[in-house]
Amino acid sequence: MIVADRKPIKEILEMIKDCNKILILGCKGCVTVCNVGGTKEVGILASTLKIARNKEGKPLEVVEETLERQCDPEYIQQVKDMVHDYDGVISMACGVGPQFLSEAYPNQRFFPAVNTTFFGGAVAHGIWAERCAGCGTCIIHKFDGMCPIARCSKSLLNGPCGGSANGKCEISKEVDCIWDIIVRKKMDEGRLEDITSRKPVKDWRTARDGGPRKSVREELVE
Amino acid sequence: MNDLKSGSNLEKVLEAGHFAFTGECGPPKGANVEHLREKAAHLKGVVDAVNLTDNQTAVVRMSSWAAATILIQDGIEPNFQLVCRDRNRLAIQSDILGVYAMGVRNMLCLSGDHQSFGNHPEAKNVYDIDSMQLIALVKKMRDEGKFINDEEIDVPPRLFVGAASNPFADPFEFRVHRLAMKIEAGADFIQTQCIYNMDKFRDFMKRAVDMGLHEKCYILAGVTPMKSIGMAQYMAKSVPGMDVPESLIKRLRGAGKGKVAEEGIKFALEQIEEFKKMEGVAGIHLMAIEWEHRVPEIAERAGVLPRPKVD
Repeated sequence: MIVADRKPIKEILEMIKDCNKILILGCKGCVTVCNVGGTKEVGILASTLKIARNKEGKPLEVVEETLERQCDPEYIQQVKDMVHDYDGVISMACGVGPQFLSEAYPNQRFFPAVNTTFFGGAVAHGIWAERCAGCGTCIIHKFDGMCPIARCSKSLLNGPCGGSANGKCEISKEVDCIWDIIVRKKMDEGRLEDITSRKPVKDWRTARDGGPRKSVREELVE
Repeated sequence: MNDLKSGSNLEKVLEAGHFAFTGECGPPKGANVEHLREKAAHLKGVVDAVNLTDNQTAVVRMSSWAAATILIQDGIEPNFQLVCRDRNRLAIQSDILGVYAMGVRNMLCLSGDHQSFGNHPEAKNVYDIDSMQLIALVKKMRDEGKFINDEEIDVPPRLFVGAASNPFADPFEFRVHRLAMKIEAGADFIQTQCIYNMDKFRDFMKRAVDMGLHEKCYILAGVTPMKSIGMAQYMAKSVPGMDVPESLIKRLRGAGKGKVAEEGIKFALEQIEEFKKMEGVAGIHLMAIEWEHRVPEIAERAGVLPRPKVD
């Protein structure tokens, strides 16, 4: 899923400081699963903002709504009759949400309430970790299902570098060295030759380096 | 001498079978050319080539290529270091052509410390290619006369290709395989990480010799004399991939006040004596960090002077 973290309240308050009436739009997609932008979090944010603004003596009117998804024009259309009734709209979806909303309603202002961080999953209750860098050319089968592009701090295709120590990355003892895990698995299974042949340079055109990307499925295009 | 790959002094010394002795010089944190010249002057005639570090520990300094050309002006052979952290394949190939055009003949290919260590932790890193791919790239440019995209190069750069090896990083069992990969990629010489754990290095070299790697590539053992107990503790704790045994720190402490630096030099000299006899070791890479003025004395006491002159 796409993982995000909520922005600090102070930052959100600053964004909406000129607004007296706002709409908070949650999303039932990824941000609901990672507990940052679903119905529940919309409610928490609404209460928090109202309390903070009351303290400032500038009460804020807040309406809460959660869409099925904010990455689909079909659902974005569901707010067309109400979206202009507010001084501004806070989106709690990933970075896609406020952009799709802005494109659909160019005369309204949309504020992001979350910082979109990475593609990953829950590794423990309340902890999410990055697994994919969206490079557009998947090669994880070469590394026993582990991605050095997303999980090595230097995205090395021929690792581990000289900074790997005790299974940890040189940048932090909190970060696992993915190359240490790859190498040990290959050694344990007697398949070291999989990684002792040099991996060639990567073609980054399919990644963000090739410019903004678009995926076209001819069979679905009307 | 037409058989030489680059014709660098370092290559000639090694090819002639001499025990090599290289040094290192960190470019200034500014455009202080005089300071660089002064530091490098201590190494002139004392070492076979001088490594110019490339924004080491991710701290911005004068570019290694510029510092390398300044050393050439002063008659000192540079070993140009380049890390993959700060440049993509366009900049890397362009810089390789540039340094060769300016007279550089040795190059050390590195991944580079992550920018989080340095003074610009907010920076975006590059890592378009890694150190292994960089070695292969420089060799391809030299031997095939082609860029990485297979286009022809008009006058290919003929560089003596170096790579680093850290026997002390994990997993230890894989390190010798990684060294073999670097040699396969095209490394002509290797400069190791600073060695303090001699037992581990002996084990590593034995494995390298067993695989015949010392016959395919010149391996220079990395030596950095400890100047103080604080330095030893910093190296032990904060420098990536460094293995400083507690016994060494204890030995330095035991030296007593005012005698730690001398004890550090003594340990380095003992190491050099052992490396001279160690199978597979073709020379020493002395990284006397901000201690360039002590290198002549260390070289003298290590018995590596005068340096051989090979035509």
